[in-house]
Amino acid sequence: MSDPILSVHDLTIDIPMGQGTMHAVRGIGFDLKRGETLCIVGESGSGKSLTSLAIMGLLPKNLKRAASRLEFARIDLQHQKPRQMRDLRGNRMAMIFQEPMTSLNPAYTIGDQLEEAYLLHNKTGRAEARARAVALLGKVGITAAESRLSQYPHQLSGGLRQRVMIAMALMCAPELIIADEPTTALDVTIQAQILRLLADLQREMNMAMILVTHDLGVVARIADKVAVMYAGEVVEQGTAQEIFRHPRHPYTRGLLRCIPVPGKTKPGEHLGSIPGIVPSLIGRMEGCAFRTRCDVAEAACASAVPERHTETGHAWRCIHENEGHENEGRVPA
Amino acid sequence: MSEQATASILELAAITKTYQVKQGMFAAAKPLHALGGVSLRINRKDVVGLVGESGCGKSTLAKILLGLEAPTTGKVLVDGAEIGPRERRLLARRIQPIFQDPYSSLNPRKSIEDIIALPLVVHNVGDHASRMQAVTKMLDLVGLPARVRRGYPSQLSGGQRQRVAIARALIMKPEIVICDEPTSALDVSVQSQILNLLGDLRQELGLTYLFISHNLAVVEHLATRVAVMYLGQIVEEAPAAELFAGPRHPYTQALLDSVLTPDPALSVPDTHLGAAYPNPISPPSGCRFHPRCAQARAACKTTPPPHVVGAGGHVDCHLYGAATN
Repeated sequence: MSDPILSVHDLTIDIPMGQGTMHAVRGIGFDLKRGETLCIVGESGSGKSLTSLAIMGLLPKNLKRAASRLEFARIDLQHQKPRQMRDLRGNRMAMIFQEPMTSLNPAYTIGDQLEEAYLLHNKTGRAEARARAVALLGKVGITAAESRLSQYPHQLSGGLRQRVMIAMALMCAPELIIADEPTTALDVTIQAQILRLLADLQREMNMAMILVTHDLGVVARIADKVAVMYAGEVVEQGTAQEIFRHPRHPYTRGLLRCIPVPGKTKPGEHLGSIPGIVPSLIGRMEGCAFRTRCDVAEAACASAVPERHTETGHAWRCIHENEGHENEGRVPA
Repeated sequence: MSEQATASILELAAITKTYQVKQGMFAAAKPLHALGGVSLRINRKDVVGLVGESGCGKSTLAKILLGLEAPTTGKVLVDGAEIGPRERRLLARRIQPIFQDPYSSLNPRKSIEDIIALPLVVHNVGDHASRMQAVTKMLDLVGLPARVRRGYPSQLSGGQRQRVAIARALIMKPEIVICDEPTSALDVSVQSQILNLLGDLRQELGLTYLFISHNLAVVEHLATRVAVMYLGQIVEEAPAAELFAGPRHPYTQALLDSVLTPDPALSVPDTHLGAAYPNPISPPSGCRFHPRCAQARAACKTTPPPHVVGAGGHVDCHLYGAATN
């Protein structure tokens, strides 16, 4: 079973715009095995959400997706008909969106919405679907599951709605689950519960999971692998240990310096920051996209940037080797 | 303690706020006690972090402080003087807000300089020329280039917009700034810039902040005191260093446990906060936290917790009642 369940190579997403083409995702790649969690971390506009939509085949029609390889369980996703994609989506691969209020239909009951995907993908009756919905609501920690089925989304709190979203994604026991900022809209206490739940369910059901987030705390706690995106590229990729203990890319290092870490940053002292803004992705891009904000940038950064590897697979795109453990002082050992 | 009492710039005395809520078209309105007797003292130059889950009354409290809502009972005192409904305009000069979402808190049809100068116009301060001068100063203060003044919010990044919101809050030269989740809509790298700016401005202008946030790492970084709210009540209040080093209320402990520090060696913590947040229309009896509390005893279900005053703050919890009496 060491075959990757998901294989993404050289994925690009172009958005045609009035002034030219916006290269929103520029040649990213990763492999994901069953039972693994990959966290895609990056700031707004880095292309992390588009990447997850591209895998699910949910990109708007005017966006152009291309890849040298885009495979899910050995199925080439690039050459699937819309019908075939629909058979996969919600069945073998599922998605959890950020805003449970906008992704649940306010006019249907929780029960209807939970059962819908199951009835669509399985030739079974309503009773069986209902039984599974109740079982899953219980599993995601919703008490009195039976009575919840007849409730509407507005009758539930944010945390409950997000649990319903998770239950809905799990209805058909997917092999891959993509969660796009699943806890951003929630309280910290609920966030911890939901993340724990996701991690437990993922282990139990041996699912592969992609978690898209900008919260480095979440990433550190839940990821097996981390891909750091900046301006449409994966600038650094490695295990959570590698990324947090020995970050190599100046952007990753910069991000880690920006967040206050209890016990490590002194209260009130200045936090690190990354000056400047993300470059425009419209038109041709050359060299390292981060060079305008980077404190170790050189003239050579304007031309092609090599991808560097360690033996363990820790990869980063920078002209510098960036040895040393600059970040060790900042992350608790 | 007496020294502290004289320095307190803002005091809330037993504030309650009750809304009448209808659940259904023909149902009789039921009272929702958004705030159930909140007392809080804010000293000059303090940064008071106000933390708690959504629905606990943080924002209602902020609205009362800003004069946007009147408390049902209780008093707001500024410099020891009570602020009645007629002095709200006065209150607004001394207390200014910074809101969470810089995308919705700035009028998209107004130029940046108009947005920043608006409080001066509302309060009828100075003429146009002096207002524009004040805007220039403010832009410089918050680190925005002068050229953005004729621009519109849509032309600015999230961080720049939040700087505009800060400039607008500070142009009245307020003493107290209510920051309601000022960085939660921003990217990590921008968040740190805004936090640094807020820290610098506090030093430079001697500001007092009420800092409402659910990001406890940020609160720990910035706050000098912390108040923890649960269902309309402040259950613990203490100097920040003390509270983070030794949280006393079980709810505070659970909140701190749920902070995800970026440490790959740790997994997601179990907060033991099993049950969901209770409905504020029918709050639990006794200690309002007892259904979710791992350390609840028999008394917690029936009797409201004692108000236990400690060295630097207070905690409302049965666990500490006997020990200090």
